[in-house]
Amino acid sequence: MSKLKIALYWAASCGGCEIATLAIHEKILKLAEVADIVFWPVGLDFKYADVENMEDKSIDVCLFNGAIRNEENEHMAHTLRAKSKVMIAYGSCAYEGCIPGLANFYNRQLTFERAYIETPSTVNPDKIFPQTKVKVPEGELEIPEFYDTVKTLAQTVDVDYFVPGCPPEERTTWLALEAVIEGKLPPKGTVISHSAKAVCDECVRTREEKKVKKFYRPYQIIPEPEKCLLEQGLLCYGLATRGGCDALCPKANMPCTGCYGPVEGVIDQGTHFLTALASIIDSNDPEEVQRILDDIPDPAGTFYRYSLPDSLLRRAIIK
Amino acid sequence: MDKFEPKIVAFCCNWCSYAGADLAGTSRMQYPSTIRIIKVMCSGRVSPFFVLKALSVGADGVLVLGCHPGDCHYIEGNYKTLRRIPLLKKALQQLGIEEERVQLEWVSASEGARFAEVVNEFTETIKKLGPSPLRRAKESTQEATHVQA
Repeated sequence: MSKLKIALYWAASCGGCEIATLAIHEKILKLAEVADIVFWPVGLDFKYADVENMEDKSIDVCLFNGAIRNEENEHMAHTLRAKSKVMIAYGSCAYEGCIPGLANFYNRQLTFERAYIETPSTVNPDKIFPQTKVKVPEGELEIPEFYDTVKTLAQTVDVDYFVPGCPPEERTTWLALEAVIEGKLPPKGTVISHSAKAVCDECVRTREEKKVKKFYRPYQIIPEPEKCLLEQGLLCYGLATRGGCDALCPKANMPCTGCYGPVEGVIDQGTHFLTALASIIDSNDPEEVQRILDDIPDPAGTFYRYSLPDSLLRRAIIK
Repeated sequence: MDKFEPKIVAFCCNWCSYAGADLAGTSRMQYPSTIRIIKVMCSGRVSPFFVLKALSVGADGVLVLGCHPGDCHYIEGNYKTLRRIPLLKKALQQLGIEEERVQLEWVSASEGARFAEVVNEFTETIKKLGPSPLRRAKESTQEATHVQA
């Protein structure tokens, strides 16, 4: 049997997913036995033209990480889709938009103003913003267009599988790679993870009745090590988040922030968490409820931390 | 704008508010035809997701109507709603949607007049606000600048 051909690509991402692919440690030797990497900009010197010159469907599997936020991301998504038999949205950015997707609370103009003018470390008295085309003595230069709205990979091209996580855990990555190597791929559209249930299902903390009078941010308290973090008033996202990570964050005394996306069957992770969270507030008095809610300074940003582009509304309305 | 007839979705609980709406009807009370009633067993069944969904498919406003606090058929369903709607309103504002577009009211089975009053007032509120920004965004060309898949 000829070796599998694998491509890896990063679009709008931080690079963490690239490291996560290497976090499979010595299993990478097993991967190298059966697969050749034919494209991997972060690790190997291939050019975009090399991919464009490949025959359609000549790549067996593409692990695509990163959201789609500019013309270049979108171009490579379409190119790699055409060249790959199996397209995997690898990591939360490609799957749900993730942190780059929080830009959907703003638009291009507001993002540029923040990045190129308002940031304290920026000096830009002439208010120069990136242009798609600019004339210089040597000719015309072009850079990819920056979009108003961040999209997920599946909103851009047809995606076969999703690997959740920011970044995906080692065992989740290997679960996907093993399925590829052994040719035992699940039904199309599957979110590849060890669990379809909530993180709470894997969490070993003691759970009693959830009644909360005050919410805290992680820096405000040192939580008790055994007790459910949500019951201690921390916004632990475990009950609205897909498991498979083995409840790593709660194990380290930190609340889950929701990076594995919604549990099976849920469309909008944000409202799912909102519903659960509001239910556990220990008050029936509207004014007291309002006071308790004031402990949550950024509800939409918290609930949609990883999933705004993949949520029902996809973005905020900018007037 | 004078011609703007809001589309309003009203989630009414089976035990109080739907009966209240029924009473308003059988008593021939006048209220605008802006509302589309969806009966649910309890206001506690109204997930904030339903509210977002209604707004995203073209509702200009959403009413959530339940039994008065203390009167819930399921003891505490409406208390959960009482906590959820304010949190949803906070999140909506961040998403660029006026919080006044979502309103929670208590209407009992005997309050037909109250039901008509709530619908009248809410219709006026939405008329002042104009069409939902989600509808406007869909119709405007602003979205067309995003490259479509």
